[in-house]
Amino acid sequence: MSASSAVARASASPLRPLAALLLAAGLHGAALASPASDIADLKKALAAMKSDYDKRLGALESQLKDTQAELAKAKAANAANAPVAAASAAAPAPLPAVAETPAAVAPAPAPVAAVDVSGNAPNGSSGGGSFNPQISLILSGTYAHTSQDPGQARITGFALPPGAQVGVGSRGFSLAESELALAANIDPWLAGNINLSIGGDNSIEAEEAFITTTTLPSGLVLKAGRFFSGIGYLNSQHSHTWDFVDNPIAYQAMLGTQYADDGVQLHWLAPTDTYMEFGLEAGRGRGFPGDDGSRNAAGMTAFTFHTGGDIGDSISWRGGLSLLQASANDQTLVQDADGTLEASALFNGRTRVVVADGVMKWAPNGNATRTYFKLQGEWLQSRRGGNLDGVPGGPLALHQVQSGGYIQGVWQFMPMWRVGLRTERLDPGRENWALAPGVGDDFHPTKNSVMLDFSESEFARIRLQFAQDRTRQGFVDNQWLLQYQTSLGAHGAHAY
Amino acid sequence: MTSLFKTSSLAAFVLAAAATLPAHAAVKVLACEPEWGALATELGGDLVDVGVATSAMQDPHQVQAKPSLISRARNADMVACTGAELEIGWLPVLLQQSGNPKIQAGQPGNFAAADFVRKLDVPKQVDRSQGDVHPDGNPHIQTDPRNIALVASALGARLAQVDPAHAAQYKQRLDAFSAKWQANMARWARQGAPLKGVTIAAHHKAYAYMEDWLGLAEVAVLEPKPGVEPSASHLEEVLNTLKSRPARMVIYSAYQDAKPDEWLSDHAHIPAVKLPFTVGGTDGAKDLTGLFDDTLARLLGALK
Repeated sequence: MSASSAVARASASPLRPLAALLLAAGLHGAALASPASDIADLKKALAAMKSDYDKRLGALESQLKDTQAELAKAKAANAANAPVAAASAAAPAPLPAVAETPAAVAPAPAPVAAVDVSGNAPNGSSGGGSFNPQISLILSGTYAHTSQDPGQARITGFALPPGAQVGVGSRGFSLAESELALAANIDPWLAGNINLSIGGDNSIEAEEAFITTTTLPSGLVLKAGRFFSGIGYLNSQHSHTWDFVDNPIAYQAMLGTQYADDGVQLHWLAPTDTYMEFGLEAGRGRGFPGDDGSRNAAGMTAFTFHTGGDIGDSISWRGGLSLLQASANDQTLVQDADGTLEASALFNGRTRVVVADGVMKWAPNGNATRTYFKLQGEWLQSRRGGNLDGVPGGPLALHQVQSGGYIQGVWQFMPMWRVGLRTERLDPGRENWALAPGVGDDFHPTKNSVMLDFSESEFARIRLQFAQDRTRQGFVDNQWLLQYQTSLGAHGAHAY
Repeated sequence: MTSLFKTSSLAAFVLAAAATLPAHAAVKVLACEPEWGALATELGGDLVDVGVATSAMQDPHQVQAKPSLISRARNADMVACTGAELEIGWLPVLLQQSGNPKIQAGQPGNFAAADFVRKLDVPKQVDRSQGDVHPDGNPHIQTDPRNIALVASALGARLAQVDPAHAAQYKQRLDAFSAKWQANMARWARQGAPLKGVTIAAHHKAYAYMEDWLGLAEVAVLEPKPGVEPSASHLEEVLNTLKSRPARMVIYSAYQDAKPDEWLSDHAHIPAVKLPFTVGGTDGAKDLTGLFDDTLARLLGALK
């Protein structure tokens, strides 16, 4: 509701009792005039009075609104013109005015200072949508051409929950992932944010939905709700900011594509010249490697550390080390056994994932408008400890160490055009399941991708990607992906 | 063991305290662009410790919220930026990640220069089909010295508000700066008189305020839409436009790629003039006075 209509209503309200009184009197009078009066007549009279009253109220309201709007306009015009009028003073031509009246600018401090000292200077946009949340919509679509059936995609040697997302998803045209995000300050101390992802299967998922503090002292920021964990580099980034169509296979194999959780996160930025950020997270363990189990204690805890800085004017970098720990009770895990068979078991225990990440960006003089180069890599190690049930001879003690990572480079070689190269490799570890002995021995899933993208503007990009995917033993999947990504609405600022 | 723990925790505490306390009590100002850094230095002198987030070689629209900037925002007492959505692609992230309540929007420590001047090119309709338009108007306000004067008054008052213990000194410095600036503006007005009515082509719509100040007439813009790089076909169109309405020169900013401007210079037989755009953009633009001295010298040089 706009302020002006609120004012109109507030000022109209004193009239209400009066109108009610008049109505009552009228009713009373009518009743007196003809004791056997027709109720219908009364109703008619009442309705007429009501409509008359509504009309007058409406007129009053609109009048008030107009007056207010005019007032606001006049104020704005005043504020905008006063200093400028002072600066360009008497003569219409700005140049001589300044030349002839050296004192022209001197009077300006008064009004400006008056506005300023109040601390209420309008910051940022003052458009009609000021009180609405910032809305941004990411529209994205993909065409995929693959030599293998995406339904058969597996990462040999890595056990995942049934239905875990692996590979490109689906062949042919698909909506991929479109996102709707709303963000706004809630009050002077909190801000809120929601990010809904619309999948190709008509599902809507709250990717993130959190509140965050804006005024905690000493570099502290507290977040609560559903959020992407701050581990690693790519984990906290929405898919529309990725440089490749899909996320790395190490993320698919060890973090269930991207780790989001319901919980709390505390960030602390050290008061040092060198960037040093520490984060603590606790959550329910909603996604893999957690099991979304029913427990009072946190199913996931994480610690993150990131540091970074500049090397000269042209290079900036960030590196980090994170640890995520998630518990699981009777978590069903499925694993590619021999190409046709799948082995499943129940896992009890905990998984610790260590992520080391680094990114370096180079642009001549730090100006990335024309050309830049971005080098990025992450290495993940997953240690699973506990026991396996539901397997022959079970429960078996399990201690498994798996790892993998990627390294990628993206080069904007001319305005609007970028090429990228990514190479990935996973190590399933030696401690495999007893169910399928021999499967996956000495096999390392790998994938190499190359992409070319064109951004016709800051808000629209089209990308062609080719990947050779050797993540399933005995299969080579040649994937061609064509993708568009567009951004509508609020001009979202992106993290480093 | 206990005493060792005590000693080490005490040491850690002292270290942490030493890291938290600033070495001297100067007001830490993080300026988003070099012109506001220069202005804060003029108005604050030794009372302020000014850091600048971007250089004249960077496109202020396209800056990354990189780690070094987040740290500087974390430790700042005040940010001095242009506003009018110029920094929309990076400043909100800096503010959010800084965990610094002093510099959040609405606080005295959040200064937006564009709030204190009359803005040009305010679009009647905000639609991205028009390119990267700024709904609050053209944000490149620093190309007109009259705007610098207005912002100086506001920034001086704001520094006094953030650091009231030194209010009198800020007032003094502001008065001194204003007097100097008056004299400068009178001189620039005389020097710039021959530029009145001169037609120009511009690479980006970055000089609306300068054109307004000097009475220059912009007849063509090389970017087909704001923020969209000039294409070969659009340059041909610009060249055709210039046949019916010739420009005396084509101007571009130090951070921009000069190729389209040089192409136009060759084909339309007009000089391509590199302007500093902000402090540090050229060797001559060492400070705010130098910025306008050098800008005028380059424009006047192209008339000869």
